[in-house]
Order: sequence, then structure tokens, then C-alpha cells
Amino acid sequence: MAQENSERTNGIGRASLERGAPAASGPIRLNRRHDHPVAEWRNSEAVFDLNRLTISYDGVPAVRDISLALGARLITAIIGPSGCGKSTLLRSLNRMNDLIPGATVSGEVLYHGQDLYAPGIDPVEVRKRIGMVFQKPNPFPKSVYDNIAFGPRVLGMKGNMDEIVERALRRGALWDEVKDRLPSNAFGMSGGQQQRLCIARCLAVEPDVILMDEPCSALDPVSTARIEDLMFELKERYSIVIVTHNMQQAARVSDRAAFLTVELDEQGKHRTGRVVEYDDTETMFTNPSDERTEAYVTGKVG
Amino acid sequence: MQATDATATPRPVTIRLGATRPRWGERAIAAALCLCALVSVATTVGIVVALAEPSLEFFRSIPIGSFLTGTKWSPLFSPPDFGVLPLISATLVTTACALVVCIPFGLGSAIYLSEYATVSTRKVVKPFLEVLAGIPTVVYGFFALTFVTPLLREVWPGFLGDPPQVFNALSAGLVMGVMILPTVASLSEDALSAVPRSLREGAYALGATKLHVSTRVAVPAALSGIVASFILGISRAVGETMIVLIAAGGTPNLSLNPVEAMQTMTAFIAAAGLGDQPTGSIGYKTIFAVGSTLFIATLAMNIVSIRLVRRFREVYE
Amino acid sequence: MSVASGLPSSPALGDQPDRDRVKGALFRALLLLSLAVGVVTLIALLAQVVLKGGSRLNEALIFHFPSSDPDVAGAQSAIAGTIWVVGLTALICIPIGVGAAIYLEEYADPERWWNRLIELNIQNLAAVPSIVYGILGLGFLVRGFGGLGQVVLAASLTLTLLVLPIVIISAREALRAVPNSIREAALALGATRWQMISRQLLPAAVPGIATGCILALSRAIGEAAPLVLLGGLTFITFNPSGLNSAFTVLPIQIFNWISRPQEEFRVLAAAAIIVLLALLLAMNASAIYLRNRFERKW
Repeated sequence: MAQENSERTNGIGRASLERGAPAASGPIRLNRRHDHPVAEWRNSEAVFDLNRLTISYDGVPAVRDISLALGARLITAIIGPSGCGKSTLLRSLNRMNDLIPGATVSGEVLYHGQDLYAPGIDPVEVRKRIGMVFQKPNPFPKSVYDNIAFGPRVLGMKGNMDEIVERALRRGALWDEVKDRLPSNAFGMSGGQQQRLCIARCLAVEPDVILMDEPCSALDPVSTARIEDLMFELKERYSIVIVTHNMQQAARVSDRAAFLTVELDEQGKHRTGRVVEYDDTETMFTNPSDERTEAYVTGKVG
Repeated sequence: MQATDATATPRPVTIRLGATRPRWGERAIAAALCLCALVSVATTVGIVVALAEPSLEFFRSIPIGSFLTGTKWSPLFSPPDFGVLPLISATLVTTACALVVCIPFGLGSAIYLSEYATVSTRKVVKPFLEVLAGIPTVVYGFFALTFVTPLLREVWPGFLGDPPQVFNALSAGLVMGVMILPTVASLSEDALSAVPRSLREGAYALGATKLHVSTRVAVPAALSGIVASFILGISRAVGETMIVLIAAGGTPNLSLNPVEAMQTMTAFIAAAGLGDQPTGSIGYKTIFAVGSTLFIATLAMNIVSIRLVRRFREVYE
Repeated sequence: MSVASGLPSSPALGDQPDRDRVKGALFRALLLLSLAVGVVTLIALLAQVVLKGGSRLNEALIFHFPSSDPDVAGAQSAIAGTIWVVGLTALICIPIGVGAAIYLEEYADPERWWNRLIELNIQNLAAVPSIVYGILGLGFLVRGFGGLGQVVLAASLTLTLLVLPIVIISAREALRAVPNSIREAALALGATRWQMISRQLLPAAVPGIATGCILALSRAIGEAAPLVLLGGLTFITFNPSGLNSAFTVLPIQIFNWISRPQEEFRVLAAAAIIVLLALLLAMNASAIYLRNRFERKW
């Protein structure tokens, strides 16, 4: 169900663009890596449907009233300044916030129509289908083979483990580099290779969705480029939601983008994140509706 | 809306996200682990119950007032005397002798390691202290009896009065002090290291000497942790058995003179246990009565010490 | 040159007043003396033991049984008893201690009062005098409703309770040292909590846990006071044959020999002490080796 659930303010954006905004900070040029048509999203089913989602830590809301539909087999970026709750929002999609004591959720997170937070839902089952790649690569202190095989083993996946490992590594664009050193320790790999290993590890359990929490922020530009290329390949089979504080990256890879901003409450003590705008990336970056979005994507504010 | 992309593998439409079966194994494991943690609670309960019952029976026959204030302890004579003061005074004397060693030298070692020592010195010294802490108490007792006592008897200056007897509280106490020194040193050093560098640097910037900074800035800032280490040291001295059993003597003696032989609470318990008292006899029950006194005293000190360390950690971490 | 209004004349830079320098040097010397006390005592102790007992370090010590004749007495029953008692203690104490540590670190909510009470309780138990554990064993295990008698099983259970806090505290530290990212990575793949613990967390924490267990067992090997109350002092001239055997252990045999008036028994005691210290040295050296070889810097 492709609904336009994004929260838009009306009218200001375009006008401010015409009203003599300084040319130097004009709209960002989209430097897309490939020419992938974006229009498909309107026909693809939504894999996530968030309804008035509010996530609080110890009673203080970190993000409030999020209502978005995230499309299947697309790359959706969640962007915004630091501290606006992007990671919190991402982690709510696979119930990783359950691990934080004092975290509470209100509202709905519908995954293919089922509320992930309904009573009786098992977080372990959720995480089998919705995988996650973290900001800092976190391979296990084991061999490359055992890293990949861990997921299939604990999930009891049937089949030849060697084949499963090879398939995951091929899909993660890492097979050629490690096929001769599967028994070697994962900690001996470079940062970029470790992160691709973490992606392959996630792929090994055959998820439906991949969540990525700033996956390239700890990596060099060459590794970053390789992972972005990988994301394009993965988009064929998996739905990807990526949090990034790097606007250019969002512009390069994503099909849709949700821009969050942070608001102070009345006393000025607590910061809460809210969605400002949610649209095709191309529109978001060339013709944003909200002036806050425009200020962020043109770099006027951090 | 229908999915239009036909090249990807079709996803199952119904997705069951409840657990396929209730995870009994997980719950059983969590319960088993909780039981393991409860063993420690059971231990404390067991100690209290094991001590309480015979002690209460004991105090039914012997009034607690005369127990705590009586000055003669001879429970196995007839007529028996049950005044525990001689045992308590012996414990106090040996503890005092231990404190004379472990407090100044333990704190001094801690200050040196924390404020003065280089990394390489610390690497050499810390293992020494760990070894000191790891030597079995029966070995310390042997050392006290066969080395320290003869040494003291030889070099004892005349103006101090009579030289130490073959069994005496002083040797046992001094050796106990060395045994406890690593405990005081390492806890105090932890406390000193937790004091932020900025405090010291502020004082140095004002022109203070190292002596000033160590004694007037670092130590006062770490004071509650240091005091906690002292209290823990006292608790260990009070509870120590083998050293006093071997070197301090087996006859109760109400005296504050450390060169005399005397029997501490712990030594009495051990000796009574050795003597194989029949269950239920008054001699058997004295073990528990004295044991209760010992346990309550050390419990109070331990709780104070643990609280102090916690409060200290909250301030600095 | 002195400035007006009574300020003391400032010394030239680089010239610490003598008074301060002397005080500083004196203080430093006192601190070094503190360190020296411990080091010198340790050296004296070791020298005393070796000098006194070195002559008796022969086969007889290890292979003979105790006897009233010091020339033929040996400590075989005590050495065997130590192996039996401490071995059984390890088997019981390590699973319980590691289990408790896992529960407290991974399952228990630290905000609940009863979990904090359990923590306080464990810290207190670590400082309870060892003879009180002997009283516990005497009251519940040897006599009382346990009724086991003065046997190996009672001794091992008592020692288990004594060293359990050490195992729990060091296992908890080892678990805490494993970074959270490993836990999250495992859980995010769809592992259950126990799968994460058993397949990733425990293996990563094993070096630290092993070191802690070795320290705990070192303590158990050297303990005499609680076992005195459990009947380890009777004249044992045989090796234990099972959990229900009477027993003695090396520290108690040493105490036994120290208590005899004859000087030859003192020599025997010193020799047995050398054996005990050698055993402890071996254990601590292996703990240090484990720590250096396998401990991971995260």
C-alpha cells in the first residue's frame, strides 16, 4: 500500500528556492552512482508500515509519532542531524531496542501487515527475517567460515553448510577475496572486509529485510564505494533501510529518503526526533517541500 | 498492492512471527542459572541458621551478659567458666599488632605504586604483592613460630620488659599484618588511581611538591576507598585462624600484653573443633556461640567496607 | 628581592627550598621502606622454609605415609587427599559459579533490589572468615541433617561454598570484558539468548574465567581452618578411596607436624611446605600463562 503518509508542510520550500537563496548553497547535485529508475516504488508493496510510532527511554520520547511506509526491494535512507533518533528508529524495526532496559514502544510497526510489537510475537523470529548491519564492523572472534556459518547453525538451516557459506559470501561480494582463507580469523581482515563479512553473515540466514546503521561511517572511501555497489546488487532480492548521516551517500544510493529533525520540548531539556519529510530521494534533494529539509540537504545546518 | 517484480524469489504471504513452539529449553536454562545464583543466598542463610540454633540453645543456659562480660574462659573445666572477654581481648591484641604493620606499610606501598612508581617498577612489585597474598596461612604460621618468635626473643631490648614467650601474640600479629598488607595496598591503590588526574594537575600547577600532592590531594580524595581497605584489613585480621592457632597460643589469657601467649576467638573454635566434642554437649555449643560473635563482628565490618567502596565508586566513576 | 606587603622573597626558579627537598626525599624513602617490608618478609619466609626443609625433600616425603617416627614419615595420604578434595571441589564449584555469573550478568535486571542484594551478599561472603565456613560445614554437612561424616564429600562441599564467591566475581568480570557488539551481532542474526551465550559469549570469556577458577582453586588448596573442623586432622595413613572416605590434606598435615614438639617434625613440615608452595606456584604460573597467551584485547 503506497500511501503518502509523510508529514509535509506546505508550500514554503519551493518559494524559498526561488526567492534568491544564495547560489553557493544551492540544491545538492545528485551524483547518483547508477541510473536506476526510481518510479517503481509506487507499485511495490510496503514491507514496513509505521503508525504513530513513539519510542521512549525511561519515559522520555526519543522519536515521536513516526508514520511511514517503507517499500519492498528498495533502498530507503533515514537521514538527519545527529541525535535525532535515526538509530533508535532503525532498531525498532527488528526489536533490537528490546535489549535496552527502560525502552518502551507505542504505536505500530506493521511488517507485511503484522504488528511486530503485538503480544505473542517472538523477537527471535523477527530477527531471522529482518537482519542488521552495525556501524562498527563486529565480526565474531572466529574464522571467516564460522562467522558466516553461525547464523545458519543456530537457526537449524538445512543443507550443505559449505554451500550455504559460499552462497552468502558470493552474495556479499567477498567470496573471491576469502575463498582461500576461510579458516583464518576474521579479526585479521581490514575494516572494509570485516564489514562486508558482517553483511555476508547477515545474508546467510536469508532475511527479507536488511537494516544498516551507518555501515560505512567507520570505513575509508574505497571500502565505502564497494559497499555501496554491493547495496545495489542486494536491492534485487532484499529490502534495505539505511541510516546515514552522510547526505551524499543518501543521495548516491537511496531510492527514497526520510528526513528526521530534532525538537526540544517546552523545558528545553529533552530532544525528540520527528519525521519532517519523506519522498523520493531525487525530489528530496533537488526540490524539498520543507525548508528544514532544504536547509539540511544544502548544508546550511548540520 | 501486488508485488510486480517477477525475478526475485516470491516471498511467502503468511508470515508467522510467533514462536514456532514455546521455548521451554530457554526458560529451563534461565531457571537453572538463577538457582546457581541462589546458592550464594542459601550459603548465607545456612551460615546464619547453623550458627543461630546452637547459639540460642547455648544462651538459654548461659546468660548472654555473663558471656560477654565474664573474664574467665574455661568451658571444659568443672566448674566451667563462660566469660568470652579473654578471647575477645586476644583477638584485639593480635589485630592491633597486625594493624601496626599493614596500615602504614600497606598505605605507603599504595601511595608509592600510585604516585611515584614507574611502569616497570609496578610490573615487578605487583607480582610480589600477589604472591604475598597467595601464601597459605599455615605457612605464615610456621614462619611466625619458627623464625619471628626466636628472632624477637634474641633481639628483644631489655627496657621493653620480658621478652616474648614461645607462643605470643606479637609474632602472630606482625606476620598477620604482612599477610594482610597486599589487601590494604591493592584496595588503596585502586582508590588512589580512581582519583582523576586533573585534581593532581591542578595542585602541581600551583607549585605544590609531590609530597603535598600525594598527602594533601590524592589521599584525601581517595579517603573513603582507603578507609574501606583498612576496615577490610581489620576484618581479615579478626577472622584469621591458622597463624594465631600455631603461633599465639592455646590458653585463654585476659591480658593486653602482646608478648604473652593468648588464645583468640578463632583459635578457640579450631581447638574445640579438633577436640571432637560430642554433638549437643556444652563444649560443642561453645563453638557456635563464639562463632556467632565472630561472624557478627566481621559482618558489620564487611558491610561498612562494601558500602564505602560503592559510595566511592559512585563519586569517581 | 622582596616585594612589598610582606610576601616572602621568591627563590630563584629551579631552586627548590632545601626544606622541601629533604622532606620529599624522606617521604619517598619511607614509602620505599613500606614496599621493602613486604618484599623482605617474603624473601625471608621462602629462605627459612627452603633452608629448614630442603634436606627432607626426598622420595620418602611424597611416597610414605605419616608415622610417629619422623625419619620414615611422609605425606602421601595428604597429597592424595588434597588432589581428591580439591579436584571434587573444582567439579562442583566451577559450573555453579559460572552459572551464577552468567545469570547475574546476562539475565538479571540490575535495577531490581533482590539482584542487588545477591551482589552484596556475594561480596560479603568473599570476606567471611574461612573458619565460619568450617562451622557451616560442621553444623550442616558433617553432623546435623547432612550427616555425611568427616569425609571427602563434606570437605569438598564446604570448600565449594568458600571459594564460590571468588569464581563468581572473576567470571563476571570476564563476561563483562566481552564487548556488547558481539552480543548484539549474535542476537541480530536470530540467535536465542542462550545460543548467544553458549556459542559466542562463553567461548570469548573462557580465558578470563579459567584464570579466575585457577585463583579460586589455589585458595582452596591452601585452606586448613575449615577442614580442621571437618575432621581432617585425624591420623590418616591411607589414600582416599571414594567420596565417603576419611581424608587429610596437605595444609593440615603440615599443621599436624608443626604441632609436634620434635625438631625433626618441624623439618618435615618445612619440606611439605616446599611441596605445597611448588604446587601453588605451578598453578599460578599456568594462570599467568593463560592470561598472557589467550586473553584478547578487544
